[in-house]
Amino acid sequence: MSKPTLAVFKFASCDGCQLALLDAEDQLLAVAGAINIVNFPEASSRMESGPYDIALVEGSITTPRDAERIQQIRRDARYLITIGACATAGGIQALRNWGDTAEFMRAVYATPEYIQVLDNSTPIAEHVSVDFELRGCPINQHQLIEVIQSLLAGQVPRTPRHSVCLDCKRRGTVCVTVAQGIACLGPVTQSGCHAICPSYNRGCYGCYGPAAQPNLISLSTHAINAGDSGTQTAHRLRNFNAYATPFREESQRLKNQSEEEA
Amino acid sequence: MSTQRHSSYSCFLSYDQFAKIFDVLHAFDYEVIGPTLEQEAIVYGSIRTVDDLPRGWTDIQEPGRYRLQQREDDALFGYVVGPHSWKQFLFPPVSTLSTADRTDVGWQFSEAKQEFPKVAYLGVRACEIAAMQIQDRVFLEGPYVDHEYQSRRRQALIIAVNCTQAASTCFCTSMNTGPRCQQGFDLALTELPEGFLVEVATPEGEAVINSLESEDVTPEIETAAETARQNAVEQIKKELDTTDIRNLLMSNLEHPHWDEVAERCLSCTNCTMVCPTCFCSSVEEVSDLSGDHVERQRQWDSCFNVSFSYMNGGLVRNSIRNRYRQWLTHKLATWNDQFGTSGCVGCGRCITWCPVGIDLTEEVAILRQSQEQSLLESEQEADHLPG
Repeated sequence: MSKPTLAVFKFASCDGCQLALLDAEDQLLAVAGAINIVNFPEASSRMESGPYDIALVEGSITTPRDAERIQQIRRDARYLITIGACATAGGIQALRNWGDTAEFMRAVYATPEYIQVLDNSTPIAEHVSVDFELRGCPINQHQLIEVIQSLLAGQVPRTPRHSVCLDCKRRGTVCVTVAQGIACLGPVTQSGCHAICPSYNRGCYGCYGPAAQPNLISLSTHAINAGDSGTQTAHRLRNFNAYATPFREESQRLKNQSEEEA
Repeated sequence: MSTQRHSSYSCFLSYDQFAKIFDVLHAFDYEVIGPTLEQEAIVYGSIRTVDDLPRGWTDIQEPGRYRLQQREDDALFGYVVGPHSWKQFLFPPVSTLSTADRTDVGWQFSEAKQEFPKVAYLGVRACEIAAMQIQDRVFLEGPYVDHEYQSRRRQALIIAVNCTQAASTCFCTSMNTGPRCQQGFDLALTELPEGFLVEVATPEGEAVINSLESEDVTPEIETAAETARQNAVEQIKKELDTTDIRNLLMSNLEHPHWDEVAERCLSCTNCTMVCPTCFCSSVEEVSDLSGDHVERQRQWDSCFNVSFSYMNGGLVRNSIRNRYRQWLTHKLATWNDQFGTSGCVGCGRCITWCPVGIDLTEEVAILRQSQEQSLLESEQEADHLPG
C-alpha cells in the first residue's frame, strides 16, 4: 500500500503554522516515514498536483482569487484540515472586518486600483467544508502531529476543548488574575498552548480561540466591575481570534454598550 | 505516616532548634516539601533550609482575590492556605500508569516503574489533614485501591501547623475540620514569638524531635499557644450552615437559583483544581507516530470540563448550570452518600481562586433562605385555610 500523500497550502497568513511541521524536528523523520509530502513550498521546490489524501490549509480567505483557489483544493483533497487562527477564525487580519477596506487601501497603497481584495477576511470553513480545524496562533506542533497520527490510525484527534485554566493548574501555575490582578482570557480560551503566557506572568491572549461554551459575559462583567472600561475589555477579545463567533459577538456587545453609554 | 497508636506529648523547640529540623529530616532521607514564596503567592515546593519558608509574609484573601503582604514580625507560618494543596504530591496532576510496546511476538504491557521517596510535608493545616483523610477514603478505602496514592501516602511524614490566624474565606469551623489539628499528623506545631510548641504524636515524629534539643513546656508557653490558636477561631467569620444540607440541595435541583449562578460561573475548572479533595481524572492512551509505543496517562480532570461528561451518544451535562449543580451537590451532599463524609473541608480555596469570586457558602445560603421562605409561606397559607 502506498503511503498517504500530504500537501500544504497557504492563504492570507504569516507562515508560522506551516513552520510548526518543520519545527517538529523530533518527529519529522517519523512523519516523513509515514506519509509522502508532495506539495509543501515552504520546505521543498517539488510540487505535485492533486489529488491528495491530506491537505493542510493555513491562512484566511481575503481575495476573490483565493476564494476560487480553495474550491479546487477542496476538490483535490480527501481530508481538508485547516491549521491556525487565520484559517479557523479569519486571523488578526479579520480586524479589518470592522473597518472600511477601501479607506485602508487608499492609506496604504499608492495605486489602490491594482489591489483586488474582499471586504472581509474569513475562515476557510465559510467557503468549503472542512474535516478538522486545528486552532492556535500559531498551532502547537504536538497537536499537529496528533492530528496527522490520528488520521493515519483512524482515530479522533485528542485536541481538548476545555479552558486554559485547567492546564495552568496541572502545571502548577498560580492564577495571575487572582494573585496579581492581571486580565487573562484563560477561563474562556481553549487549551492547546500548554498555558505558556500565565507561566511568564502574562494574561492569556486567547490565541487558541474560544473554549467550549465560554461564559464571556461573566468574564467581561467582572473585568468592568474591577475597573476596566468596556472598550479595553472589547479590545482584549479583538486579537488573533477576533472574528471567532463568541469573541466577535461579545466584543461587539461591549462596543455597542460603550457607545450607548457615551 | 504511622497509624500506630502512640501516647502523644508536647515539647518546646526554639527557633534555632527548629532551623535544624531540615538537616535532621534530610538525614532521615526525607525530601521536605513546604510553603515557599513563588509566583506572587505562598505555594508548596521543595524546602532545603528554614530560609526557604515565607518568613515575615502573610496572605490577604477574599472572593476572587489573593495578595501577599509583609508582616510586622518574622513569623514563618503567619498565613493560611494558598493556591496549591498537598494533593499535587499525593495524587500528581499527570502520571503514566502503564506502557505498551509492539514487538515481533505481540504487545508487551508493563506497569510504569516509579520511585516513591520519603517525603516530609511541612506546614499542613487542620483542614488539609481533613482533606487528605477524605482522599484516603476515595483512593484507599473503596473496592479499588490506588497503588500510586497508597505508596506516596505511606511514605509521608506529616508535620502539621496550627493556624494562628484566618482568612476571610476560611470556614473550617463550620465543617468541623479545624483550625486546630486534632489527629492525622506525626508532629503538630504552634508558632509562638520565641519558637514552637510541638505535639509529638507518632514514633516517626518522636525520632525527629529526639534528634533536636527540645525543652519542657511551661504553663506560660501552653497558655500562649492556646491564645494564638484561639486567635484563628475568632477570626473565622464565614459560615456554612450544614444542617440537613444533603436534603436542602437534593430537594432543590430545579431551583431557579442554579440559573443565576450559571450566569456568573465560567466553568473554567479552577475551583475543582484548587480543591484539596476533588479527585476526578481522565485516562487516555497516547501513542507515538508509529503506533508502536503507547502510554496510558492519567491527568487531573474536572466536572466543569464540558467533555468530562461525554459518553456514547453525547454530553450528560451540557450546560454550565448542570455542571455547577453537579459539583456543588456532589461536594456537599452526595459525597456523603458515596464516602460517608462531606467533600468540603472549609479551606475556602474555591472561593479565593474563582476568577469571578463565586462563594459556595453564599449560594447555599440563598437556597436555604428561599426554602425557609417557601415553608413559611405554605404554613401561613395552611393557617388561612378554612376549617
